[in-house]
Amino acid sequence: MPKAAADAKLLIQSLNKAYAATPTNLKIIDLYVLFAVVTALVQVVYMGIVGSFPFNSFLSGVLSCIGTAVLAVCLRIQVNKDNKEFKDLPPERAFADFVLCNLVLHLVIMNFLG
Amino acid sequence: MAAAAASAMLDSLPAPLLRSLRLKTKQQELLLRVSALALIYVLAFAVRLFSVLRYESMIHEFDPYFNYRTTLYLTEHGYAEFWNWFDSESWYPLGRVVGGTLFPGLMVTAALLHRLLRALSLAVHIREVCVLTAPFFAANTTLVAYAFGREIWDSGAGLVAAALIAVCPGYISRSVAGSYDNEGVAIFALLLTFYLFVRAVNTGSLAWALAAAFGYFYMVSAWGGYVFIINLLPLYVLVLLVTGRYSQRLYVAYNCTYVLGMLLGMQIRFVGFQHVQSGEHMAAMGVFFLLQVFFFLDWVKYMLDDVKLFKSFLRITLTCVISVGTLALGIGTASGYISPWTGRFYSLLDPTYAKDHIPIIASVSEHQPTAWSSFMFDFHILLFLFPAGLYFCFKRLSDATIFIVMYGLTSMYFAGVMVRLILVAAPAVCLISAIAVSATIKNLTTLIRTKSKSPQTTGKVTGSKAAAKGAVDQPLPFQHNAAIALLLGAFYLLSRYAIHCTWVTSEAYSSPSIVLSARGHNGGRVIFDDYREAYYWLRQNTPTDAKIMSWWDYGYQITAMGNRTVIVDNNTWNNTHIATVGRAMSSYEDEAYEIMQSLDVNYVLVVFGGVTGYSSDDINKFLWMVRIGGGVFPVIKEPDYLVNGEYRVDKGASPKMLNCLMYKLCYYRFGELTTEYGKPPGYDRVRGVEIGNKDIKLEYLEEAYTTSNWIVRIYKVKPPKNRS
Repeated sequence: MPKAAADAKLLIQSLNKAYAATPTNLKIIDLYVLFAVVTALVQVVYMGIVGSFPFNSFLSGVLSCIGTAVLAVCLRIQVNKDNKEFKDLPPERAFADFVLCNLVLHLVIMNFLG
Repeated sequence: MAAAAASAMLDSLPAPLLRSLRLKTKQQELLLRVSALALIYVLAFAVRLFSVLRYESMIHEFDPYFNYRTTLYLTEHGYAEFWNWFDSESWYPLGRVVGGTLFPGLMVTAALLHRLLRALSLAVHIREVCVLTAPFFAANTTLVAYAFGREIWDSGAGLVAAALIAVCPGYISRSVAGSYDNEGVAIFALLLTFYLFVRAVNTGSLAWALAAAFGYFYMVSAWGGYVFIINLLPLYVLVLLVTGRYSQRLYVAYNCTYVLGMLLGMQIRFVGFQHVQSGEHMAAMGVFFLLQVFFFLDWVKYMLDDVKLFKSFLRITLTCVISVGTLALGIGTASGYISPWTGRFYSLLDPTYAKDHIPIIASVSEHQPTAWSSFMFDFHILLFLFPAGLYFCFKRLSDATIFIVMYGLTSMYFAGVMVRLILVAAPAVCLISAIAVSATIKNLTTLIRTKSKSPQTTGKVTGSKAAAKGAVDQPLPFQHNAAIALLLGAFYLLSRYAIHCTWVTSEAYSSPSIVLSARGHNGGRVIFDDYREAYYWLRQNTPTDAKIMSWWDYGYQITAMGNRTVIVDNNTWNNTHIATVGRAMSSYEDEAYEIMQSLDVNYVLVVFGGVTGYSSDDINKFLWMVRIGGGVFPVIKEPDYLVNGEYRVDKGASPKMLNCLMYKLCYYRFGELTTEYGKPPGYDRVRGVEIGNKDIKLEYLEEAYTTSNWIVRIYKVKPPKNRS
């Protein structure tokens, strides 16, 4: 399917070009999200190898990674200058919300870790 | 209710008092609103106090006694002991892990309130706090309803919603003073969670979503009905996605609420890992992943400028995602990792399921389908204001109104399946009806205030769209008078609603059901306090390690008030144990004696209403004992106890019925008693017949105590003979 391959190549190229244009602060957040998701995947693979006991520890580990990734994506949405819906939200407020939610997340994780 | 209209008619109202205070219009409006809310708050608390004023400040019904006992334990022994409590006084000889099998929200709330009052040097007993917890939270619910109404529509609708829910009988029935049950706190938590979530969706703020997650945590800690929230929220998100209302505010709100809410919910031991393993919670996870896909597609679309390229990318991604999703769901369900829907919630989707498979669920009267009379009784005019409110919501569709429409429709469906769930529908019905009332009264008062000649304000103003249209309708004849008449009619309806609600509360929903009352011949009130009499006899006249066998309805009350060990109680977690008790009650005395010996039973307690005409006694419940016992032990067959399919206790009853343990214990010495003038001795006032077996002799038990109105009868199990 040469057309599909050509399409895919064109797709990846245009995505790369568009992504290079995003501002640096958003790229940092994206890197953080990637790191969190990779950590979660590593934990899932580890669980697949050694088994899932104790389940609450596994869940708290994975959910802390997923949770902080999701919160970082929310921060990215709110800080992105191109988003019209969040035009009048100051980025400091967005970051403060992010920190607060992460604090709650990690406190609950510490309780759940067992 | 007049406050909503008053705030609309403010300018034209001659208000010398307000004018003399020299307040501006905004301040006048604020004063009116705050005073209306304060009155509504006090009203919601006061209308629930009938039984405290009539009888005394005591806990009602059955389940609240368990909650009271656990709260007492919590205040006496502290939180760590409570969380790890193993109760050996119930479900003898199995015991019950209380810390892991209850929803702690209610108890912790009452204990915290108690501690707060103690810290303010008000030395109240924990029982008073328990009795008044539900009215206090009902009053708080009105405030949340006001805020929610303001979020969905405007502050006028919020005020009407608060007023309607303050007296709605559907809510009052489970939150009177003395009804110390999970629902009293849970409805507050439910409405609070919904309000915070809708606010988070409207503002897209992480802080509101965090608050919604905490509200959800409170709900999970308070009631098993949290499953409704965790299914309604994803359903709502799905509807928004399908109607093309995906927005990044929705993404932020749902994701933060779901992840944090799920984590917080798993801290409750009783819920455990259900959020990731149970079929009832999978909808939320599925929608979580779906939202990620939506966001990703949205982002790629924004980055790519080429539409055709994006379309092909969309096709590939969608097929991949759908196949992976269905594969995961299929593997999870087939391998049993994702547990299927449990019986309690499955019977909501398939109402005939419980009757065939789980007789214990089917036997509870609250789980029966709802009749129209119950709807009318519990909702009154809200029943026809509900569709009117739906109409207004559809006219002004926004994220918030879509939510309240969905909440209303789903909760009304479930309220139709099970009587008990009218409680969950009550806030939605009140809110939607409030929209109808507020919008209608606003339109009518606008009509009254128009001058007949001015073109801008003529015609019915049906929302902002009509004003923008600029169409000018000619004023209809007698418009002014018709509007006044309609307004008076609306006020009349609302006042009738208020009268109906207070009447219903006073007559139907304020009975403690542990203390019965009736009217004597001369019209005076006669109080039957037999239950407490029997439990205190048990407490004072039996050894402390005595084991009491009774039907499971009375278990909580016996442990709480009688302070003795019971065999089965209302938790009904072990069907075989209950079936054993049912089998003992339906067997002949010698077979029952063997079963009682195996369970170490010392006393047997039965409830009998034949003397007073009290119809919720054990003879009326007997067939359920037979069915539940027969479900586990096939030796008990229901047709043995019936004659031609008919349940009888007179001479024509089946011999098994006339000689079983329950019959003997209830009717022992009853054959000598004359209960009604002109009827033979042994006339059962509930069944309306003369009993068949009057000459009852007990071989293995002896009568220990019968209360003054013969309602509760206690028998002592004799030890085995020395010589067999």
